[in-house]
Amino acid sequence: MRELKILGVVVFFTVFTYIGVNTYAYSVMKPAVAPADFQFKDLPRNDKIGDASRGAEVFMNAGCIGCHGLESQGIPAPMNDADAAASFGVVPPDLSNAGLIFDSHFLAAVIKNPAKAMLNDHKFNESNPHPMPNFYGLGGDIDQELADIVAYLQSIAPEKVSDEQVYVDACMQCHSIKYTGLMSNKDPILMAKYMGSVPPDLSMFIRSRGADYLETFINNPQKHLAGTAMPRVGLTQAAQEQVVAYIEYAGDRKKDERESLGIKVLGFMIILTILAYLWKVKIWREVH
Amino acid sequence: MAQIKKANGIGDWFDQRLATKKLAKVMMTEYWIPKDINFLWAMGVVLVVMFKLLIISGIFLLMYYKPDAKLAFDSVNFTIMQEVEYGWLWRHIHAVAASFAFLVIYIHMFTAIYYGSYKNGREMIWISGMILFILFSTTAFTGYVLPWGQMSFWAAQVITNLFGGIPVVGDAVVTWIRGDFAVSDSTLTRFFMLHVFLLPLMIVFVIVIHFYSLRIPHVNNQEGADIDFDAEADKYLAGNKKESKVVPFWPVFLAKDFYVVCVTLVIFFFCVFFFYDFSLPGVNFEPANPMVTPKYIYPEWYFLWSYEVLRGFFFDIGPIKAMDIGLIAFAFANVIFVILPFLDRDPRVLPAHKRPRFKIWFWVLMFTMVILTIYGKLPPKGINNVIGFIASMTFITLFLIMPYITKKDAKGAK
Ligand code: HEC
Ligand code: HEC
Repeated sequence: MRELKILGVVVFFTVFTYIGVNTYAYSVMKPAVAPADFQFKDLPRNDKIGDASRGAEVFMNAGCIGCHGLESQGIPAPMNDADAAASFGVVPPDLSNAGLIFDSHFLAAVIKNPAKAMLNDHKFNESNPHPMPNFYGLGGDIDQELADIVAYLQSIAPEKVSDEQVYVDACMQCHSIKYTGLMSNKDPILMAKYMGSVPPDLSMFIRSRGADYLETFINNPQKHLAGTAMPRVGLTQAAQEQVVAYIEYAGDRKKDERESLGIKVLGFMIILTILAYLWKVKIWREVH
Repeated sequence: MAQIKKANGIGDWFDQRLATKKLAKVMMTEYWIPKDINFLWAMGVVLVVMFKLLIISGIFLLMYYKPDAKLAFDSVNFTIMQEVEYGWLWRHIHAVAASFAFLVIYIHMFTAIYYGSYKNGREMIWISGMILFILFSTTAFTGYVLPWGQMSFWAAQVITNLFGGIPVVGDAVVTWIRGDFAVSDSTLTRFFMLHVFLLPLMIVFVIVIHFYSLRIPHVNNQEGADIDFDAEADKYLAGNKKESKVVPFWPVFLAKDFYVVCVTLVIFFFCVFFFYDFSLPGVNFEPANPMVTPKYIYPEWYFLWSYEVLRGFFFDIGPIKAMDIGLIAFAFANVIFVILPFLDRDPRVLPAHKRPRFKIWFWVLMFTMVILTIYGKLPPKGINNVIGFIASMTFITLFLIMPYITKKDAKGAK
């Protein structure tokens, strides 16, 4: 009985300290943010039904391929990486999978006004325009044209891409992950000029920030780092989960091994503890 | 020369040469421990187990770790954590065992304070224990720098900077410790040497002294009873095991310790596999970057209380700068526990619940330590500063009034 009381005291002080130093302290240092919004509710809705074949035409005429490649349709990137980076600060990503990985509302909005959709309008304005120009339409109904482009990009997108591919399409123009050998094609100096800072290598971010943080951060970087240059990329929920899975693979690829071994070791220790208890009772019976 | 005869077995062969039977008696089967103890008396053995885990996991880490500012981070986070088979396991064990070791040290230490096991002949046990605490702290601090993460770098920067407060030679001392004007590659390499060689060596040495210092005054017990160990041992050996107030270290005492160790290890391994963030915090998975100061800089949890005593004094008093007052208080906090036996003016060895004033003193101290620990982590602003200040003042006052309080207790008992 007395030992239980003592144990209670020890547990109380330990847990109290733990809660203070971890749970409470971190809640003060990293205030909670609203959950991720995969509807992108802040962007204007475009209810037009797009038509893929018209979209193909609009796409070709809108000048997109002046900067972006469309490998799956046999359209290579118009510039090599070095030249593209020198002209834009960042290499415009290939759009073959854009229809799959980016949310459709977001796509329409980002084509119309990239800085706004990416939540970078604090950084880009008329005197310092975003490297990707606003789309002002080809003379018809601009919302219809946007819907058509989106429909086109969706029609050519594959049904499924690998986790790595999502990362390559959405993040690699800025971030490297050296632990999987995926180096961004960026030149750090140009990148720093364009972004204000060199985007960090994401190899260990699953451990340094954790999956929860990544989920809200990628969905809307401004929530955690107000005023940051990192754009909102507009991934769908599924695509974003794939990116996070890839970042986890890069920085915590032994997770499954850890968890399955953990169960076995714990099982072993519990059995050993029971045996130790029985042995103790046997030995102490003689002296009590 | 001793009489060496033909041995009748391996045991005998060794016994003739090394007196192993005698040794086993002295160290194990006739090393007497009071019977009236609780599981808190097992913390010493738990600590030995934690230390062994640290040594073993440390040896494995040492095989792949690279003490170079350019390579350290990747050698830990890529090579060890992801490439080497079970490298992650050794790292998790090493990090979690460090935290556990400190938790157990604190329990062990406050057990000793509660039961008055630091005085009346047990001073050397206490002092060697406190030296171990200081050595463990230094080892943990130098170890935390090795992965060369953001917090490794900045905690090292801040803590080494403290030595600048030493009058006259401060700046020179800081440079001497760092091996450079700022924390840099040379700091990393020398901390590496300290962490894997010099400090562990010293720890092993002091552990031997610590154990030896127990032999003469013996282990204390729950009631502080003065036991005649020879008489009780004779009773035990004569077969009156139930009446005797003592038990042998092996197997009786260790049987209980072994059980306590197992329970601790269940919790320990749960933390190693599933609940490790408290000793492998996220900030340190970001590579060290001297150009970017983290928003919050804090040491590992086990240093927070003394760190808060340092920060607690946030205002200047007359001509004395806040920083200097803090440093004096910090120095006070770090040595005051060592001289505890001499602050206690009550000659009796009794548990706190039998010493009315000391009892209050003890629990106020416990709460103060916890409050200091928590506020040592919180950002120093607004009300946090005030609470930190009050807690620091309480801490210091407690030790200043200790001689008075204990003397009154002693008088009251007469
Ligand atoms: C002048 C060059 C240029 C033109 C023309 C251009 N873009 Fe871009 N685009 C870029 C650059 C540069 C980026 C990368 C911007 C960044 O990540 O900061 C980009 C990014 C994108 C993205 C990725 C957005 C995200 O969320 O990561 C999409 C989708 C896109 N462009 C579609 C288009 C479409 C459709 C067109 C044609 C209407 C087009 N772009 C025309 C340069 C261009
Ligand atoms: C146009 C370039 C660009 C793209 C594309 C981009 N990022 Fe970033 N990212 C940045 C920059 C710049 C920073 C640094 C932000 C800062 O420190 O303010 C950053 C920072 C980050 C951070 C660190 C946040 C922190 O707490 O420090 C993470 C995580 C991250 N990005 C993930 C991603 C992921 C995942 C993607 C792809 C889905 C991505 N980024 C796409 C430019 C980019």
